[in-house]
Amino acid sequence: MRNSDNVIEREEMVIRFSGDSGDGMQLTGTLFSNTSALFGNDISTFPDYPAEIRAPQGTVGGISGFQVHVGHSEIFTPGDLADVLVAMNPAAIKANSKLIRQGGTIIIDEDNFTEKNITKAGYTSDPVKEDKLEDYNIIAAPISTLVKEALKDFGLDPKTVMRTKNMFALGIVYWLFDRELKYTRSFIEKKFSLRPEIIRANMEVLNAGYNYGETIEALTPTYRVSPAKIDKGTYRNINGNTSTAWGLLAAAEKANLELFIGSYPITPATGILEELAARKDLGVKSFQAEDEIAGICTAIGASFAGRLAVTTTSGPGLALKAEALGLAVMTELPLVVINVQRGGPSTGLPTKTEQSDLMQALYGRNGESPVVVIAASTPSNCFKFAFEAARIAVEHMVPVILLTDGFLANGTEPWRIPSMADLPDINPPLAIEGDTDYIPYKRDEKLLNRKWAIPGTRGFEHRIGGLEKTINGTVSYVPENHEYMVKIRAEKVARVVTKVPDMKVYGAGEGDILVIGWGGTYGHLLTAVREIIDDGLIEVGFAHFNYINPLPSNTAKVFSCFKMLLVAELNSGQFVNYLRMNFQEFNFQQINKVQGLPFTVAEIKDKCYKIVEI
Amino acid sequence: MVEIETLHSPKDFKSDQEVRWCPGCGDHAILSSIMRALSALNIPKEKFAFISGIGCSSRFPYYIDTYGFHSIHGRAAAIASGVKVANPDLSVWEITGDGDALAIGGNHFIHAVRRNIDINIILFNNEIYGLTKGQYSPTSAKGLVTKTSPYGTIEEPFQPGELVVGAKGKFFARTLDSNIKLSTEIYMEAARHDGTSVVEVLQNCIIFNDGIHAAISDKAHRDDRTIILRQGEPMMFGKNSDKGLVLDGLKLKVVKLANGISEKDLLVHDAEENNPGMHTMLANMRYPGFPVALGVIRAVSAPTYDMAVSGQIAKVKKSSEIKCVDDLLRSGSTWEAK
Repeated sequence: MRNSDNVIEREEMVIRFSGDSGDGMQLTGTLFSNTSALFGNDISTFPDYPAEIRAPQGTVGGISGFQVHVGHSEIFTPGDLADVLVAMNPAAIKANSKLIRQGGTIIIDEDNFTEKNITKAGYTSDPVKEDKLEDYNIIAAPISTLVKEALKDFGLDPKTVMRTKNMFALGIVYWLFDRELKYTRSFIEKKFSLRPEIIRANMEVLNAGYNYGETIEALTPTYRVSPAKIDKGTYRNINGNTSTAWGLLAAAEKANLELFIGSYPITPATGILEELAARKDLGVKSFQAEDEIAGICTAIGASFAGRLAVTTTSGPGLALKAEALGLAVMTELPLVVINVQRGGPSTGLPTKTEQSDLMQALYGRNGESPVVVIAASTPSNCFKFAFEAARIAVEHMVPVILLTDGFLANGTEPWRIPSMADLPDINPPLAIEGDTDYIPYKRDEKLLNRKWAIPGTRGFEHRIGGLEKTINGTVSYVPENHEYMVKIRAEKVARVVTKVPDMKVYGAGEGDILVIGWGGTYGHLLTAVREIIDDGLIEVGFAHFNYINPLPSNTAKVFSCFKMLLVAELNSGQFVNYLRMNFQEFNFQQINKVQGLPFTVAEIKDKCYKIVEI
Repeated sequence: MVEIETLHSPKDFKSDQEVRWCPGCGDHAILSSIMRALSALNIPKEKFAFISGIGCSSRFPYYIDTYGFHSIHGRAAAIASGVKVANPDLSVWEITGDGDALAIGGNHFIHAVRRNIDINIILFNNEIYGLTKGQYSPTSAKGLVTKTSPYGTIEEPFQPGELVVGAKGKFFARTLDSNIKLSTEIYMEAARHDGTSVVEVLQNCIIFNDGIHAAISDKAHRDDRTIILRQGEPMMFGKNSDKGLVLDGLKLKVVKLANGISEKDLLVHDAEENNPGMHTMLANMRYPGFPVALGVIRAVSAPTYDMAVSGQIAKVKKSSEIKCVDDLLRSGSTWEAK
């Protein structure tokens, strides 16, 4: 146990690991996050890295960051400002100096603060002085030297030795937060199980970092963030892409359908394809297609063949899939399309988050081509909404676009593991042998879906396709038939509203201002609203949308209870304009950010106070 | 052909749709040959899935009473790949044309062939865009005057056979739309071959490219200007079976069976040879220098993608501790909150 005089008890803290893309910061951050989660903290993480695998060393453009927010209380965001920054080089200071809380702790690798690196980062002298960080708690450790010293008898080549530097920094952070090393030890043992010398070297350096912390203890306070009070149950740490993949697996099991994924690798969606490709044990058929179009087309083929079919992508890929998605609309086949949004247009900001594909999802196809659009709002509820996307697609015979984003995809949080027994059943409307005459576009009176007659089923041979059809599946150019079919396809999507729960407002049910959001901004908006409620100056409510098309049926009623409506989103105003189109009776205000970054809590609070003029 | 009792007669495959191809179009004969082949294959008709793209040929699924999917331009190979991988029990056919498969769908075509997914690709090659009313295609002969090449095309055409071989293809055959007997045999061979089978059908577009294959297809000359290749048989052709193919150095040469050259001097066709050199030369033969090769030119057995997918799943299922989603959710690092 350490000297308690020097331990500061904190409700929550934010730690940011920052270094060259090759410095192993993503791994270091992940190890710290998982250790904290196992310790019992609530956590939220935010990896922030460049698109280049190894951008020029020592430059601001090459900085890879990983931020984690750990709390004794509930945590909904990775935090606005870092209490602790690990900066492996001067560029890491340059990239983050405005993101550190006043008076925070900065751990630096002194050995990397050479004249050359200082110049490369765009400084002319000592970065700490230049950025006026002298009052901060600086732990300047000669990490490279100490690592070399620690491993001098290991007989490893210099490159391998330097690769363990991140473990030294992690050791210091573990000391700073009084964390155990055992999770990291077991991780390293598993990862390098065939290379015992690497396991020994990493552990040696990790311990050296921890011990270094102890030897400087007199000078530096340490922190305690006690475990959070969370609901009973079994937990795991999960990111949005994995939870999306698992939601699809859960849906396939509940629907008793084989899962087929046809996809093409694209940042930041690739993780879903990778996870499902590994799930052959659950019978997943994964097809890495030759392009985005083949990704969706193989999925459409699999859907025709009676499987739960999925294609995953990000914005530019959704653009390529547009024509085929129209085919799925026309043929009324179930299909789940997952778009992990990133900064656009064009290649845009591949590794950064944005919500700018909403209009594309809703309208980005030729002809009258409505689809169901839903959006996940936390890394762990990607599971729920991937499951829902599949349930809606299969039961309503309709394509569903699930929108997530780079922030959700890579961010992690603890997740109470659900039991499959608690999830609803999924009932595909299969045409079964023995049913009387099958008519391809004959509809259920309530849902307006058609029956799914799967090749191999005797007696139901039929033809579908992209040309407009009559109810019998005969090609038809009759004007009235086309208009009828356009309307009924739209009405079928509208009737999905029976699966959309009513909007429940957080906070005040009526009052001064309703903060409105959708998708991945949930955590930041919720935190801002909670803080405004705590301030007690205005009556604020929070309505966050997961169902975009169709919208919850009580939406207008919810809006009518507030004097002001503020729509917050990471684009130039796509959802707000969608709402304006649907609810012309209301006056919407908006806050937008298009920087490839999440909102900060402060930005949302400031805007709320500004528009109610407090 | 000896009539045997089959599950379905060719007529059973006729759908209730009115066939809307132009009178005299080669597609009518292809439809008829495929119906014969399906009947002879003796597979329950609910097991057939016909997938097409866009173009005149791609209307095919409407006219045949099986499961059918008329999709979008160029994508039939990808959709058919999805159908077959999802359900390897089905007999999956892709109906496509030279524009659909080799221009807009070129990427999907070569990758389906490369993966060796067990689908039968029937490529109607009329060297023109018909449904858009007469523009040149990727197989149009260089110099062809069309609506979009009023001064003649300046593009080198694809030879489908060469493309199949280049894409690591294992099965390539060629037939003439009007030769129903040969075509039926070839469609059956294609169906029986495990893996991607590509059949190039030299098809006549009576409106926009009439007679493009006439030099080799008209009755008076076809025996002298085409050669039907059969496994294990000498490469002999001609109305009087008086011509054949031999190797002259590294090149093919047409010889007359006279002056001491006899049948036993001719090359013997081996479609099952893995080395594609000879198959490429045969597929590339063009009239007037050579007879155009018909029949199964290449048929090499190799593992199929769809079976490999199923095999991998079976293997991993056996060894993995994860048997259901509940197992997965609780795998790896978890902790209890009490």
